[in-house]
Amino acid sequence: MTIRLTAPLTEETARSLRAGDQVLLSGEVYTARDAAHLRMLECLEKGEPLPFELEGQVIYYAGPTPTPSGRPVGSIGPTTSVRMDAATPTLLAHGLRGMIGKGLRGPAVVEAMKKHGAVYFAAVGGAAALMAACVTSCEVIAWDDLGPESVKRLTLKDLPLVVAVDACGGDAFAQGQAAYLASATNVKE
Amino acid sequence: MREIQASAITEAVAELFVTANRELPEDVARAMERARTEEPWAPACGILDILRENADIARRDRMPVCQDTGMAVVFAEVGQEVHIAGDFEAAVHEGVRRAYTEGLLRKSVVGDPLRRVNTGDNTPAVIHTRLVPGDRLTLTAAPKGFGSENMSRLGMLTPAQGVRGVKDFVLETVRIAGANPCPPMVLGVGIGGDFESVAELAKRALTLPVDGSNPDPFYAALERELLEAVNATGIGPQGLGGRTTCLGLRILTMATHIAGLPVAVNVSCHVTRHRTVTL
Ligand code: SF4
Repeated sequence: MTIRLTAPLTEETARSLRAGDQVLLSGEVYTARDAAHLRMLECLEKGEPLPFELEGQVIYYAGPTPTPSGRPVGSIGPTTSVRMDAATPTLLAHGLRGMIGKGLRGPAVVEAMKKHGAVYFAAVGGAAALMAACVTSCEVIAWDDLGPESVKRLTLKDLPLVVAVDACGGDAFAQGQAAYLASATNVKE
Repeated sequence: MREIQASAITEAVAELFVTANRELPEDVARAMERARTEEPWAPACGILDILRENADIARRDRMPVCQDTGMAVVFAEVGQEVHIAGDFEAAVHEGVRRAYTEGLLRKSVVGDPLRRVNTGDNTPAVIHTRLVPGDRLTLTAAPKGFGSENMSRLGMLTPAQGVRGVKDFVLETVRIAGANPCPPMVLGVGIGGDFESVAELAKRALTLPVDGSNPDPFYAALERELLEAVNATGIGPQGLGGRTTCLGLRILTMATHIAGLPVAVNVSCHVTRHRTVTL
């Protein structure tokens, strides 16, 4: 069964999702990668406002290719999430509700997700041309000097995602691999 | 002496990088098809179908297959009877600049590794040049994404560790990489040489046909065995479980020192791009 969601997300929605759930995400999300995360932390340290209010928001770890004329956005797939791990617990404490990326998260992130009620989605890494078709608008809202790493507001229409880590700490990578390996051994026996 | 104008090199390089980023090479597409037919796990099949559709959309809409259009790696084989009119490396960098600006590819290069300011045009390229007999110039463009590059490893093993040590090192690299390099992966393995040449061997191995095999039956068997072992880990497409962890693994070797056994694993992904032209 596929669950349709619209960002921003409430804590209740985030807590209701389970690792392995298939999701189609619509609504508004923000892109931020390594450099933007460093700057967001600096803002928080100095008590300055962030480019967007974090409460309930979803960050997509992505830096698209330049926008071709006549299209809303260039190719846009996820980048490796673990590089954002150092900054993530702080952002979660400030209300961040969801993250979209690829690959595993560290234990400190998972603990913070459980505490604050947040969800981590995996997008299909490398399926960037296909995902461009799920973005209806893209606007740079901060730090244009960072080029592909600037913060952009995206409007999504049915972006296909999997709940990779849920707010109870459930992990779709470990579960999926174990289920496959169990089935593979059954076939051999 | 045959003369080749620097401007011809610039044009060739620009074309190679734009096309390489929009069209998956045939060997990778073949390996994906084959993996799809051999994949027994339904969720994994679903992901492989998305990847195939993505490659089709990119080709049709002239969009990059992946948003990480990579650091621009160029392998050049320069015939020793070729005279290049102009500055060879400047011509390559200019080709890269044109490809990434005019071809709407992502600029993913910072000019300094610690001070990190984007160069704005994806230059400089990483250029590997070799002098070969003849009067031709062969250029291979291999844009390399860093989600997978970051998972690559180099080990200076001892001779006593032998084949077993190499196998363990490759599998350990794959396990550490897990879901990060957008599996299904492609693996380039270098064995032998010295510290820096083994890494170059591994990168060069990623430009070989992913579904080909080493001409030496000993290493062809090792390629098959390693691929089998990687595909038994259960990591699967995107790390969500399945058989298809790796589309292909190629080995390149060279002589080494009596005291050493260098091994390097260059991790790549289902968007392994390489495109060659001979001038
Ligand atoms: S690892 Fe490959 S498929 Fe994944 S984002 Fe990087 S270049 Fe793209």
